[in-house]
Amino acid sequence: MEAATVFGAARPRYGERLIRALLFLAALLSILTTVGIVASLLRETVAFFGDVSLVDFLTGKEWAPLFADPKFGVWPLVNGTLLVTGIALAVAVPLGLGSAIFLSEYARPRTRRVLKPILEMLAGIPTVVFGYFALTFFTPEILRGALGVDVQIFNALSAGIVMGFMVLPTIASVAEDAMSAVPQSLREGAYGLGANRMQVSTRVVFPAALSGIVAAVILGISRAIGETMIVLIAAGQIANTGVNPAEAYETMTAFIAATGKGDVPTGSIGYKTIFAVGFALFLMTLVMNALSIRFVRRFRQVYE
Amino acid sequence: MVTTDRAPSESGVAAPAPAEQIFELRGVTVSYAGVPAVRDISLDVRAREITALIGPSGCGKSTLLRTLNRMNDLIPRARVEGSVRYHGEDLYAPGVDLVQVRRRIGMVFQKPNPFPKSIHDNVAFGPRVLGMDGDLDEIVERALRRAALWDEVKDRLKANAFGISGGQQQRLCIARALAVSPDVILMDEPCSALDPISTSRIEDLMTELKEDYSIVIVTHNMQQAARVSDRTGFFTVDPDDRAGRMVEFDVTDRIFTNPADPRTEAYVTGKVG
Ligand SMILES: Nc1ncnc2c1ncn2[C@@H]1O[C@H](COP(=O)(O)OP(=O)(O)OP(=O)(O)O)[C@@H](O)[C@H]1O
Ligand SMILES: [Mg+2]
Repeated sequence: MEAATVFGAARPRYGERLIRALLFLAALLSILTTVGIVASLLRETVAFFGDVSLVDFLTGKEWAPLFADPKFGVWPLVNGTLLVTGIALAVAVPLGLGSAIFLSEYARPRTRRVLKPILEMLAGIPTVVFGYFALTFFTPEILRGALGVDVQIFNALSAGIVMGFMVLPTIASVAEDAMSAVPQSLREGAYGLGANRMQVSTRVVFPAALSGIVAAVILGISRAIGETMIVLIAAGQIANTGVNPAEAYETMTAFIAATGKGDVPTGSIGYKTIFAVGFALFLMTLVMNALSIRFVRRFRQVYE
Repeated sequence: MVTTDRAPSESGVAAPAPAEQIFELRGVTVSYAGVPAVRDISLDVRAREITALIGPSGCGKSTLLRTLNRMNDLIPRARVEGSVRYHGEDLYAPGVDLVQVRRRIGMVFQKPNPFPKSIHDNVAFGPRVLGMDGDLDEIVERALRRAALWDEVKDRLKANAFGISGGQQQRLCIARALAVSPDVILMDEPCSALDPISTSRIEDLMTELKEDYSIVIVTHNMQQAARVSDRTGFFTVDPDDRAGRMVEFDVTDRIFTNPADPRTEAYVTGKVG
């Protein structure tokens, strides 16, 4: 074979083109799926607001969509979601980041090699297991038994704390990855100035890994907001506008799951309600993700 | 191995004052996971001198340098045998405070490694973690001036340290080390990532700093060792056990003009690599 020029004649690279096309299809498929989901959500949501006023939905304080005299104020569901998520984060963020710092900065390599996979396995426990753990063990044995807290059998506290344990490995694992990725030279620079381990961890490694750590927390928040099984099983299904975590609450996800598996006829107002709540949930996560992306960008500017 | 006690020729006319020993190494062997990286090193580092360590890649220069501020403690399977004395005290005695060790024995690394913080906060980092008294802004300014960087950055102290040039970053790292008022500065190929102009600025700086500090520098640059250092140790890899050995330690002039060992001569004249 003779080359026409020093570089040879360019041969068409069919393999490369094929791979490119396949990758493009994969990307297209995931975009189309998302668009499809949003579109179907949107369609039913629009239909819902044909029957129910948006103002009632957003400002009403009562939620009873399936009653004879239905009430469509979504606030109790949002309240339940925020309360349980808040409790979960209060558990998962400090413990998760603490574990991440321990694994990345304190643990010997051997310890880390053992603990990290265990942690990641924990993230794979089905949430239904966490749900029954909350209902049949954590509430009666720990909260009521060991700690003597006066909680209802279905309550936000137990669901929130157990959800925190569910989210913890995700936060710990992603944050640990971010911290381990901080170059060793930065640690050496800090140790070389007489910093101790705690100072190196909190003043050098943590800020240097901040965008990854924020991403870890956001991932945790998203999982907590979207989590369904635990709240469905352990938090009760009572629309509640209070803040007492010892009481039962209904979250947006628990409502969707409970109503969806019940027999609401397609096209009925109950059916459309599911989509309206789903759309509201979608908007909440969207806004949160958008805020967090901006947050991460801002810190990028300072730290990179 | 030949060790002479003559003062460096640079210090010239006046009779040499009795040399103050900063480090005394006797029979130092450093191993990683049981494999010696550098074996049986004995040398003295004197106050207000620049001591250069030269030799081919892998002969253990960095390893030896890092034993001087116990940086090897950060590597789980590193082990130091023999005696390392700092101002006569055993640096590896149980109960030695590593924070104090590293505060007195500063280090500048091969690649500039500023923290992802502002220029000011980089220099202030050491004084802050050590809880040093005094006006922080003053400490920062003094350190930056000493590192010949002040004029270039005084208007942007709040700017991120990653935004300045590599040579400036390296001087920032020197300023950062100076801010905690060390006694010795260890430098591991501090100019290897820099252009010739930045390099010569840092060499000038080292010569200036020598008045107040003792410096130990690892370098691959023969001219640099010859230009700036007072004493030089030449290291090589022993062909039998692959561990680093010190071939010769002497005043720099001698190492470069009239070394005792033919291997040294071959290396400094560029005949081997
Ligand atoms: N963290 C480590 N773990 C295991 N072995 C190491 C480690 N650091 C260095 N070594 C080994 O120790 C020996 C000496 O390495 P060292 O970095 O001290 O050499 P050097 O003289 O500084 O080389 P260079 O000029 O390339 O920087 C080498 O064989 C190296 O592979
Ligand atoms: Mg080296």
